[in-house]
Amino acid sequence: MILAAALAAASLPTLIHAALSFAVAFVGIAAFFFLLGAEFVGLVQVFVYVGAVAVLIVFTILLTRRDAATPEKFNWGGVVIAIAVFNGLVWAIFLTPGLSIAPPQIEALTVKRIGEVLMTDYVWPLQCVGLVLTAALIGALILVMEEKNSKS
Amino acid sequence: MNDFLDQIFVRAKQMLLPLLTGAPDWVIQLASSLINIFALLGVFLTLFALISVLERKILGRMQNRYGPNRVGPFGLFQPVADGIKMLIKEDIVPVRADKVVHFLAPIMIAATAILALGVIPYGRNMTPFAIDGGILFFFAVGSTTELAVFMAGWGSNNKFSMLGAMRAIAQMISYELPLIITTFPVVMVVGALSPDAIVAAQGGYALGVMPHWFVTTPWGAAAFILFFVSGLVESNRTPFDVPEGESEIVAGHMTEYSGFKYATFFMAEYFGMFAISGLAVTLFLGGWHAPIAGLQFIPSYVWFFAKLSALLFVYIWFRGTLPRTRVDQIMNFAWKFMLPMAFTCLVSPAVWHYQGRGLAGWLWSLGVIVVVYVALTRLIDTRKKFATRTYRFAD
Repeated sequence: MILAAALAAASLPTLIHAALSFAVAFVGIAAFFFLLGAEFVGLVQVFVYVGAVAVLIVFTILLTRRDAATPEKFNWGGVVIAIAVFNGLVWAIFLTPGLSIAPPQIEALTVKRIGEVLMTDYVWPLQCVGLVLTAALIGALILVMEEKNSKS
Repeated sequence: MNDFLDQIFVRAKQMLLPLLTGAPDWVIQLASSLINIFALLGVFLTLFALISVLERKILGRMQNRYGPNRVGPFGLFQPVADGIKMLIKEDIVPVRADKVVHFLAPIMIAATAILALGVIPYGRNMTPFAIDGGILFFFAVGSTTELAVFMAGWGSNNKFSMLGAMRAIAQMISYELPLIITTFPVVMVVGALSPDAIVAAQGGYALGVMPHWFVTTPWGAAAFILFFVSGLVESNRTPFDVPEGESEIVAGHMTEYSGFKYATFFMAEYFGMFAISGLAVTLFLGGWHAPIAGLQFIPSYVWFFAKLSALLFVYIWFRGTLPRTRVDQIMNFAWKFMLPMAFTCLVSPAVWHYQGRGLAGWLWSLGVIVVVYVALTRLIDTRKKFATRTYRFAD
């Protein structure tokens, strides 16, 4: 289902349909996370990707409307890059030990454990992410305020 | 006897399931989930029908007139008449509308609203789907609603719908932040994201009489008010119903929907109301616990639905009393007032906790909230500044 949605996202003629099938692909990836036992990550995936990123993509498509009637010629450069990325990922996957080895017994990942680890072992990355988000917010505000000043 | 009435639905389901012994494991699980789903849908569809007529009657009484009172005793069969009307209406789809998106939008909105109802504990041992990260699931599903609203506005190929959808999404995204941040105090104090754990943490009674609900603490009360107001905005209810303002943009993103699809939108809005009220009851008002220790003989689900009904009445009361706010007023309110207050509600339970969760903690957290509230209301001036009026012809 994810493959179908991703293919649809890349090849549907109407841009909005492509964006919406992108959202379906996100939901599919969240389902993968659930099957792997990481429920928190799966829920956050739905929350962030479908709830925010997909909405963002849809908004940008809406506000920067192009003529949908011009068919683009086939993009050979894109095919080359896609094949290169595919090869890289397949190489990386084959490099891992493989499914014949029994996976180690991990303790069930609860949200409490994630919280503890975030606050103790990974507190620096957490603070850096917070800084990045603050910078993004302030940048957005500055962009909007400049428009207001230039208008009035 | 008390336990029998309380657990009557759980026992009924446990009596139904052994009819399937001998079937493989997944069939029994599937049947169990399906029974939960059907019970949930049955209860809430009935509640939806009742609320749709009760709302009109309550609004009518507030406006000094009777509500619908022709169809059945006191107008209580009005939903049946409404349902028949919606079903036999012609399904008009605009010629140049995006057919797939136009069709899928009401389905997605209704589906996400019903999904959100599945994680709320309705009584002792009566949560349809007890997920460990239940609160997160609720909000994840709620944020998918925005995409569905956009699909509704876009699929209609109508500028008013598009405008209405964009305003609706802007409003819903802005108020998602206070909505979610006001649930953090509760999650922090309880230490778990599962609604069952949160309800269980509100179970004790101080002095045998006062319940341990989170709304009796200052940060809980403030968070409850903020959560409730954000819920009002999230479900696009008056006074924040700019997206469906009937006098402004002709039902906004729902303009091009007729008959049953409009009924689906209507239903999704009410289900959103139920879901947010249910979550407010779970998080702040003690879930299915009784308010006084002496009244615990009344079954738990009766208490839950009584509290839910009280909140729904307040929703309808607001609709009958308050005028609609402007879009820029809504946005100002969200970003300049609700967000800082939500953050205060995040600091306040920390103060309460570290002061020992007793009277000292109560007073300190109250102090924090009052100081920030007074500072905010004095310092933020969100009135629109108009230029001085110049009169051209009168002097």
